[in-house]
Amino acid sequence: MLQLNQIHKIFNEGSPDEKIAIDQINLSLKAGDFVTIIGSNGAGKSTLMNIISGGLFPDVGEVYIDGNNVTNMTEYKRSKMIGRVFQDPMAGTAPSMTIEENLAMAYSRNKTRTLRRGVTNKRREYFREVLETLHLGLENRLSAKVGLLSGGERQALSLLMATFTEPSILLLDEHTAALDPSRAELITNITKEIVDRYKLTTLMVTHNMQQAIDLGNRLIMMDKGQIILEVNEEQKKHLTIEGLLEEFKRIRGTQMASDRAILS
Amino acid sequence: MFTAIFGSFEAGIIYAIMALGVYLSFRILDFPDLTVDGSFVTGGAIAAVMIMGGVNPYLATVVALLAGFLAGCMTGILHTFGKINNLLSGILMMIALYSINLRIMGRPNISMLNTDTAFSKLEAVFEKIGIDAFLNNLLTIVGLGDSLPETWGVLIMMLIVTFGIKFLTDWFLQTEIGLAIRATGNNKRMIRSFSANTNLLTILGLGISNALVAFSGALIAQQGGFADVGMGIGMIIIGLASVIIGEALFGTKTIVRTTLAVIGGSIIYRIVVSMALRFDFLDPGDMKLITAIIVITALTMPKVLEHSKEKKRKARRKAEMLNILATSVKGKGENHAAIKSDS
Repeated sequence: MLQLNQIHKIFNEGSPDEKIAIDQINLSLKAGDFVTIIGSNGAGKSTLMNIISGGLFPDVGEVYIDGNNVTNMTEYKRSKMIGRVFQDPMAGTAPSMTIEENLAMAYSRNKTRTLRRGVTNKRREYFREVLETLHLGLENRLSAKVGLLSGGERQALSLLMATFTEPSILLLDEHTAALDPSRAELITNITKEIVDRYKLTTLMVTHNMQQAIDLGNRLIMMDKGQIILEVNEEQKKHLTIEGLLEEFKRIRGTQMASDRAILS
Repeated sequence: MFTAIFGSFEAGIIYAIMALGVYLSFRILDFPDLTVDGSFVTGGAIAAVMIMGGVNPYLATVVALLAGFLAGCMTGILHTFGKINNLLSGILMMIALYSINLRIMGRPNISMLNTDTAFSKLEAVFEKIGIDAFLNNLLTIVGLGDSLPETWGVLIMMLIVTFGIKFLTDWFLQTEIGLAIRATGNNKRMIRSFSANTNLLTILGLGISNALVAFSGALIAQQGGFADVGMGIGMIIIGLASVIIGEALFGTKTIVRTTLAVIGGSIIYRIVVSMALRFDFLDPGDMKLITAIIVITALTMPKVLEHSKEKKRKARRKAEMLNILATSVKGKGENHAAIKSDS
């Protein structure tokens, strides 16, 4: 489904600020895999997400989606196949447009945009149906501007918009990090439900170790641009936070650097 | 007086098309596009040259519209592929168009007097079928007989054309492509993650915007009977004034409402300017200054009003609180007195 071959990415090459962001990463996801990625700040998680989405291009290496080499494909073309939810709840929706208009734009993702009406009655019915699955009452506010929604509601809507066209890959980039704990839990539950329903191949970055352990069937840990630990489905069932920290210490010889990762 | 208002209406409704173009770039695409100052003249220049060359005025107007589209696309290309700052790409295009417009016209000013324009043809038709006479009779009946307009053709035709463009714009902004253009101005990152080519959409949006501006320029040139290389100076501010005045007065709840507001804003702007020019100490050269003052007022007044409202509300709240406090203190004082008298 998704395959990364020998990805290498350096920022500011040749300057004193040179930084190896991604160092020889290989990763392969089968259809239906749900992989959680943890790692401290600067480990290269977001860079990896951007390389998959097409926001950044790797210096070396190839990206395959559904068996097609998409390494040099621009972001907007690639996003026909990729659903993405950002950390910032404001990033995934257009605030001055209505809920139904936002959904209509997401609905056109894998189609050619034409001069047909974006929101037809038939589509509106469909949007109402999919919104009901969120259980947030948004189905009754179809013509409300998205800017009026709360952060949690907007993130739930972003998640729905990213997924309901069933993309080949779903990228979640710390999508619960900017929410308060109860909202974060709600979004986590919705994520679980949606990924199960559409059997989406998912890659989720998180700072929250418990979330990384609870969700998905595989887990990888990154540090300094490398994948330092891969946990498979069988091992993941017995994984604990202590176990993960212990493992990090064993591999790297130091404590995990991020307080945020430990505390959360 | 009536003649002045009638003239303002007539001009306002033609300039409204330009204002709709500015609304598209400024509000929908969130792109402060200064190309407008140039593309407005391009429209007028092309219409004038072609009409003087014997081409059908309606065809000339359509060609002007297409030229505006190209100019807008160029600005879009400078910004998206050239990665030039949006304000700067507009200014560059405006400067470039100044020379291009001079080339098109061959001289700084072209007069179209005694030539058939889109309007003069229309005026003849209106006179022939007697609409002018009918409406003027109506005016005479209500007591405005001493200031009859020369023709109703321009106003009626332009009402139809401008509202036609308004409805087309409303419809377009609801289509799949239209939604994507709106999202491009609202949240680029988001719409890019939904497989929209924001570069192309920006170029298309600016093209349509400047097409409307040039169309308006072509009509203004024909109405005034001349095209001048300087006729576009400050056009962006006039467009902006119309958009801002309209939005402030008529609201922005939906797209349909906002486009209507922009047309209203354009007419009101013309009326305000013509009223201002009636003062003896002002002359036509002061028009740009008046425009600037109108825009500044429209931009600052809503905030000032809001602020003073807030202040009043706070003062009232404070007075109420003091009142409650005062009565409770007074109550205690009486209690004291009662106890004292008892003892």
